[in-house]
Amino acid sequence: MRGIAVLRQLLTRLGRQAAPALAVMAAALVAGCNNSPYPVGAERENTLFYSFDERSPRYLDPTASYTNPETAYTMQAYDPPYGYHYLKRPYQLVPKSAAAVVKPRYLDKNGQALPDDAPGESIAESIYDVPIKPGMRYQPHPAFAVDAQGRHLYHSENPLSRAALGERRTPFDFAQLGTREVVAEDFVYALKRHATTRIEAPVYAVFAEYVIGLKDYAALVKREDAKLLAGLPEDIRDKPFLDFRRWPLAGATAPEKHLLRIRLKGKYPQWNYWMALAFTAPVPWEADAFYAQPGMNEAGLSLNQWPVGSGPYMMKEFVRDRRHVMVRNPNYREDLYPCDGMPGDREAGLLDDCGKKMPFIDKLYVTIEKEKVARKEKFKQGYFDVPEIERPEWGVDFRNDADDSDAVAALFKARGFQFPLMTDISNWYLGFNMLDPVVGKGATPEQAEKNRKLRQALAIVIDYEEGYGRIFKHKGGVAAHSPFPPGLFGSREGSGDFHNPVTHKLVDGKVVRRSVDEAKELLAEAGYPGGRDAVTGKPLVLNYDFQRAVTPEFKSENDWMVKQFAKLGIQLEIRATDFNQYQDKTLKGKHQIYWAGWLADYPDAENFSFLLYGPNSKSKNNGENISNYENAEYDALHRQLQLLDDGPAKQAAMDRMTAILQHDAPWLFGYFPWGGLAFQQWVHNGKPSILIRDMAKYYKVDANLRAAKQAEWNAPVRWPLVLVALAVLGLVWVGRRSVRARETATARRHAAA
Amino acid sequence: MFRYILRRLGYGLLILIGVNLLTFFLFFTVNTPDDMARLNIGGKRITQEQIDKWKAERGYDRPLYFNEQAQGSEKVTRTVLWERSVSLMLLDFGRSDSARSTDIGHEVATRMGVSLQLALPLFLLQLIVSVSFSLGLVYFRHSRIDFWGVVLCVLMLSISSLFYIIVGQYFFSRVLRLVPISGFAAGLDAVRFLALPVFLSLLARLGGEARLYRAMFLEEIGRDYVRTARAKGLGESVVLFRHVLKNALIPIITSAGAYLPYVFMGSLVFESFFGIPGLGAFVIEAISGQDFAIVRTMVFLGAALYIASNVLIDIAYTWVDPRVRLS
Repeated sequence: MRGIAVLRQLLTRLGRQAAPALAVMAAALVAGCNNSPYPVGAERENTLFYSFDERSPRYLDPTASYTNPETAYTMQAYDPPYGYHYLKRPYQLVPKSAAAVVKPRYLDKNGQALPDDAPGESIAESIYDVPIKPGMRYQPHPAFAVDAQGRHLYHSENPLSRAALGERRTPFDFAQLGTREVVAEDFVYALKRHATTRIEAPVYAVFAEYVIGLKDYAALVKREDAKLLAGLPEDIRDKPFLDFRRWPLAGATAPEKHLLRIRLKGKYPQWNYWMALAFTAPVPWEADAFYAQPGMNEAGLSLNQWPVGSGPYMMKEFVRDRRHVMVRNPNYREDLYPCDGMPGDREAGLLDDCGKKMPFIDKLYVTIEKEKVARKEKFKQGYFDVPEIERPEWGVDFRNDADDSDAVAALFKARGFQFPLMTDISNWYLGFNMLDPVVGKGATPEQAEKNRKLRQALAIVIDYEEGYGRIFKHKGGVAAHSPFPPGLFGSREGSGDFHNPVTHKLVDGKVVRRSVDEAKELLAEAGYPGGRDAVTGKPLVLNYDFQRAVTPEFKSENDWMVKQFAKLGIQLEIRATDFNQYQDKTLKGKHQIYWAGWLADYPDAENFSFLLYGPNSKSKNNGENISNYENAEYDALHRQLQLLDDGPAKQAAMDRMTAILQHDAPWLFGYFPWGGLAFQQWVHNGKPSILIRDMAKYYKVDANLRAAKQAEWNAPVRWPLVLVALAVLGLVWVGRRSVRARETATARRHAAA
Repeated sequence: MFRYILRRLGYGLLILIGVNLLTFFLFFTVNTPDDMARLNIGGKRITQEQIDKWKAERGYDRPLYFNEQAQGSEKVTRTVLWERSVSLMLLDFGRSDSARSTDIGHEVATRMGVSLQLALPLFLLQLIVSVSFSLGLVYFRHSRIDFWGVVLCVLMLSISSLFYIIVGQYFFSRVLRLVPISGFAAGLDAVRFLALPVFLSLLARLGGEARLYRAMFLEEIGRDYVRTARAKGLGESVVLFRHVLKNALIPIITSAGAYLPYVFMGSLVFESFFGIPGLGAFVIEAISGQDFAIVRTMVFLGAALYIASNVLIDIAYTWVDPRVRLS
């Protein structure tokens, strides 16, 4: 216990002697204080600063990655054959690593050539001969490093042992980096990887349905992999290199060095869109050989963290759940900014960089930001150039803030924030489970008719123009009249007087929602006059299977939904579940009414119509048709749609499908959400899009303006700290006086006190 | 004492086994391996084949508790429970279920360093400030300073820590612009990011701690030995620091020791709000991502640290109070 006394004495002595030094240090610290989250001078670099949400991406392997946040990395690192024109809408395919967007050749079942306009049913095989741009090179990576004899330095001829790997944790820890030309075989290798046994391959099922021989190839790979793993421990972390080059795939070949040939079963016009995704981007076999070596996985060295691509950027720093830094790929091919766009693009300055070489920005600096408040604040302080690069809702959110407060609107205007807005190819809808006896298909024709009228009545009263047009504007959008969002070929949304005749009508040339009285009539015909069962008199209670916990944010939306149902006297019970329970319910067909959305993979009507295609039933076949809707005519039209190229026949099919869905009402079409980005005034060339994921290469920043504005907006206010310091000193002085008074108090003074 | 520690560690091992079983049971009551697979694969177009592949890759393709297909002892050993439990007890934490390239052991070691950078200064400052503040109140007991000090304590402990965070971020980052609103950097630069969460966390806990310590000191100050010390003519500050503080250390050690596991395991709320990539944030992500491999590791480590801190507290008692004998 003597220790405490000694410590006390020491502290007292130190306190006396070090006080001035501490004061100077404190003053220096305060003088150096600012709210910038970046190192000094970072704002003057040609860098784009933004954030990511929750956690680092799990999969950056182009075969495995299939979530929206991951595309913000994969599509910068990889270079698929095709992409979308950055400015034009509806979306147009343009060549990226391919030299041209090609039309397929068609063969019949005897291998005879068919004309381009041959009926889809007669086509047995489609052949895509895709020319690959010569001279493209991969990013620098140790997997390509070779010696003078062309032998790989870090794998194959010179395999790395765990000991030789040592403490290396990034590809840039290796002394030698190399590169090589991208060839058609790399695209073939990428397609073969979808048959992998080693990692998740989320689109294998789709590809296997069309790419000739892929299903058999997967079985072969499974057998060969089993041979490779025979005798090794089950939980082995570093599995030997599975070299897909050893086995040919009939549906993907490279007849020439720069010619990729893909053979598909039948006709599948949507295949071109798949070639605009990272799933079909070239993957060098060297990457797999390199990352399959002992200790790599344990050291975090894998394609899931360190992509090996030929895209505009490459991953330079990956600190899990903290920071990702991508830098310009020095070997990126020549890629020029577009010179044509939509009306208004030139006026908006979106064509100012016509013909200039991309990417414009040297570095993408992405830091984690879990809280919305902090993210928005950093944007307002100028520290994020865009809040999140891949999320299209920030512009909508900020616009909503500006609408709520004049002061905020004035601040946003003064700071020159840009919030471009548009709808894109996604939707939110309220669906009915058609297997449900009350809202579903119905067991008898009479019951089916009654249930349909109930759904139609509900379609009228749920006022999306009010809810997601005027109330929940931060998540808002345009009320939908069909499943096909604007921006797709064949969508009639927003054109002329197009509307859903079940829910809306034309009044004085304007589309207006039908009245609640009309809905009530339908409800009475459905057997629920006034919201009560006509036979039993019991109130009609419907269940809303909400797929997550009801936080305050969702509660207001759910309350609004309850009110919509209450317009008809129908009681809506919110059955909030977590993700697991919701999945379980939908798989078992136990849900009744649900809320869901769809973000399109590609801009084709088929990517929406398949959500109601009978064989895709969620409860029967684990598909994406959560409504379990079945309609023979609709299903036939969907199959037809899959085979149709854009044209009058496709338009007619879509119109008929829309009419069927409007009549049957398995969905209340909900709304097409606004897509809005948020940019600082020093960020140029920003145009909202859900499909274009390699957007970073188009952006340009004015770093000098950023530095000036950050300094202007974030000058530290230090005088309150001086006040606080004075107050503390005052308290210490008062305390010391009180202590002294107490220590020296006489008994009489003490008693008097 | 050695035998006592061994016995306590033995009990600790049993507790760890119990915690492991309970974690396993609770986790798989709420989530099935299929649920985990579906959530982790994410995206769209998930097929049962993909789910099966995901499970097989991570060893969730076996029965959870009992394998009826297997023979002999493999009925028990060829189960998820057995395989996961044995590896855990051997301190082989394995890899994350969601991100297979994440080595949990490495991740824990890395993140624990970050959590310690936040929690260690906080722990020490908390101890010093709370003890000093409460001793000050006791020194001025029954005076206005004491009264208003207690009022301040009640006020401070009545306010949610979220309020401190939101107001603190608003005031120091947005209004005064002195510190970043959130984020983290390695090395000395970390001070800029940690200053605000440490200060706010200190404020958030000060009220409760100071009241607790004040009550302990007040209990001590009425004892005979204090009266004797005063009778010897010792000044009040000497009485407080040399005698009262020494004798009140046992409850302080108990209270501070109970906080020790959090020093290593990180703060869920502060790490989350300030974007600090420590273990607290790691747990939150694992729970939301249904990553059983991480969840069980963190629960296991939390329990182990709790057991270790209790043993340390017992040992500290013997140092503080020579009358205490561990047997």
